[in-house]
Parts: sequence; C-alpha cells; structure tokens
Amino acid sequence: MPSNLTRRDFFLSSAAAALLAATPAAALTEAGARQLVDQVVADIDRVISSGQSDAAILREFERLFVRYADVNIMAQYALGADGRSASSSQKRAFNDAFTSYIARKYGKQFRDFIGGRVEVQSARQIKAGYEINTLAYLRGDGPFEVTFHVSDRSGSRKFFNIYIEGVNLLLTERSEIGSMLDRRGGDINAMIADLKGAG
Amino acid sequence: MSRTPRMKAFARPATALVTVLLLSACATTQDVATRSDGINDPYETQNRKVHGFNKGLDKNIVRPVSQAYGVVPVEIRNTVNNFSDNLSMPGVAVNSLLQGDLRGTGLATLRFVMNTTIGLGGLFDAASELNIPEHQTDFGETLTVWGSGEGAYIELPVFGPSTQRDTVGLVVDFFTNPLTYNTIDGDARVVPPTAAAASVLNDREKFSDTIDSVLYESADSYSQSRSIYLQNRRFELGQGQGTDIDPFATDPYEDPYAQ
Repeated sequence: MPSNLTRRDFFLSSAAAALLAATPAAALTEAGARQLVDQVVADIDRVISSGQSDAAILREFERLFVRYADVNIMAQYALGADGRSASSSQKRAFNDAFTSYIARKYGKQFRDFIGGRVEVQSARQIKAGYEINTLAYLRGDGPFEVTFHVSDRSGSRKFFNIYIEGVNLLLTERSEIGSMLDRRGGDINAMIADLKGAG
Repeated sequence: MSRTPRMKAFARPATALVTVLLLSACATTQDVATRSDGINDPYETQNRKVHGFNKGLDKNIVRPVSQAYGVVPVEIRNTVNNFSDNLSMPGVAVNSLLQGDLRGTGLATLRFVMNTTIGLGGLFDAASELNIPEHQTDFGETLTVWGSGEGAYIELPVFGPSTQRDTVGLVVDFFTNPLTYNTIDGDARVVPPTAAAASVLNDREKFSDTIDSVLYESADSYSQSRSIYLQNRRFELGQGQGTDIDPFATDPYEDPYAQ
C-alpha cells in the first residue's frame, strides 16, 4: 500500500512538472484554444452557482474577464488611429480605464448565462491563433452563435475578440470610443474620464 | 362587384413588385460603401432625425409598455410569441423556395403544419419539442440571394435600423405574406399585427439590458445601433466573412509605440 501511494505521488508530481515545463514553450494549438474557452465557460458556471450576491458575482465576472481576455491589445485596437497622438502616459491611463470599462460592460453580460449552457462546436485557424465557435443556449432561447478569437501573442493564452451573432467586441468598441472622443472634441483626457463612469 | 377585393389583392403585390424592381435597381447603383469602415450612409442627417424620433418612441411608449407587458407571466408571453412565429412560417416557406432553399422550405412547412395542428393553432411550439430546427428568412434575404446589393443604410421610423434592400424586403413581405393584415378578411385581420406587436414588446423586455445600453448608455446611440445592426444582418445573410480583425497586425508586444 505505502509503495503504491509513493508511486502515484511520484507519477503525479512528474506529470505536473512536465506540464509546467511544456506550457510556456508550446505554441498555441487548437486543443489549447478550445481548452481556454472550456475554462472560461466552467468558471462562469462556477461563479453563477456559487450563490453569492449579485454585486459579488459581477465583481467575479470582471475578474474573469481580465484573467482570460487580452485587454491590452483590445484597448490598443479600440483607441485606433487616435492613439497615435496620445502620449505614453495617456495610453497607460486609457488602458486602465478601458480594461475596467469592458470588464464591467461585458462581465454583466455573463449574467445571461444563468441557467444556460455553452457548447463548443468547431474551430479554425486564423492569423493570430484560433477561432472557437460555440453555441450558447440561454434561458429557453434558440441558440446564439458565440465565437471566441484566441491567441497567445500576449505571452499567455487569451481571447482577444468575441462575436455574438456576428457582432464583434473590437469593432463595436472602436466605434464607441471614437464617438466618445468626438463628443469631447478629440480631448483624450476628457474621454478617459468619461470612460471611467461608462459601461 | 365581388371581384373588386380580389383585384385589389392582386394589384397590391403587383405594385409591390414594381416597387421592388425600382428600389433594388436603386440599391445596386448605390451599393458602393462610401466609407473605409464598410458603412454606406449617405442619408445620415435624415437618418439621425428618424433615430431621434425612434428613441423618443422607445423611451415614452415602447419601453414602458414592454415593462408593463413583462408583468404578464412568461408562459403566456411565450405562447403569444409562438403564435406570432407560426403565422410567419408560410412567408418563410415561400421565401425559402424563392431562394432555392428546399430544406428551409421543408422545415418552415413542417413547422407550420405541426404547430397549427398538434400545437393547437400555433400556441405551442410542438415542432421544437420534437427537435425540428427553427428556420427564419425574409424577402431581404431572397433579394440578397438573387444578387441585389445591400444599398444605403436607412433608419426607418418605428421599424428601426435597415438598409435599402431590407426595406424593400419588409414591404414585400408585408404585402405577400399569406397571413398578414393585408390578406385576411373580417375582424380577424387585426390578429396577426397584434400578435407581432406583442412579440416585439416581449423581445424589448427580454433583451432590455442590452437594448438600454445601446440606446441610452452609449456615447452615440445612432452609430452604435447602425454598427450593431449591419454586423448582425451581414452575419445572418452569410456575408460576415472577412470580418476577422487582427489587432496584432502591428505587433504591439514588440513595439507598442510603433507608427
């Protein structure tokens, strides 16, 4: 008996070591991209079934969004060409404000997953990584197509865009940030201040 | 004398058809996207006025009424939605046929027959219980299949975001659907539009958070709803390909401040 245990422990720890060693070196694979989406879905389920208060659940969702989304590249894309005239401190301030803004705005949407399920359908390679197509069955509604674009260009596996029935986050938010800038006559600092109260 | 209503019934689709031909010709000539972002909106000034009107309509009537309607038990609201969906199935079958989509024609026909009979006149969605997939289409999609271009973006009063092509589709669907206000005689003719209106209210309530965030929380609700409508509609019509965005195109992790 004791020897069995030791052997199992040895097996487990060497497997863990192998996994740790392999993760940073391996390039993003289709399986890895699928795994990320499975993880996101499992974590959303876990938070929903945790029985916390609504406010606590929303905070958890925001945290999940930051953990699994490549918010830096999303921020840079959303600021677009207007970012060229921004100073590096403005860019940093925008990055921070944008991160909590989309985490708030899209984290809220995770609430719709209550009582629903997400099924991974198919995957395809895209320039920056992989596209994972899923169907979300929400509260007795006909399924919605939700697509994740996953990449490891940030150094770890993260999604950088989501499409819900064809409507994608990057394009929609670039247009919104553009409108916010227009409203402030192109004043980046004023737009960043507005962003902190938006979403 | 008894032939007059019949003549009328024929004359209407005929007028509609002429309108289609004129408007779709118009749509093709104006199909060139005038902006780099793939949005063709030469009537923006006009559209923004209509948007203001629609927003007022939503704020003062549609949204509050939908909230009141939300008090009705969800089972009853779903029943009304089922009924309204079922009434649209003959039109879906016809459009599928016009698109050469025999599977779609079959699905819509089967759903209509099943839900009208064992679904008690369409009140219950028996077809879905038996795993018959849903199928939706409209004359806007038929025009797309026939090769008509999208045309300019238009925000219609009451109906909201559309394009020239989809506006034509909306008009044709209204006049040719075997089961609309136009084709039913007597008091029963108010039933389909009433059911459709109730169904819209139900959707307004169900997606309330999302719709409110677009209309009342975004910096420019006109351009947000335009962007979201066009993305979603192109996706529905299978024209969403090539929308992959590669934000890494200028690798930010090598030199974040390039350009």
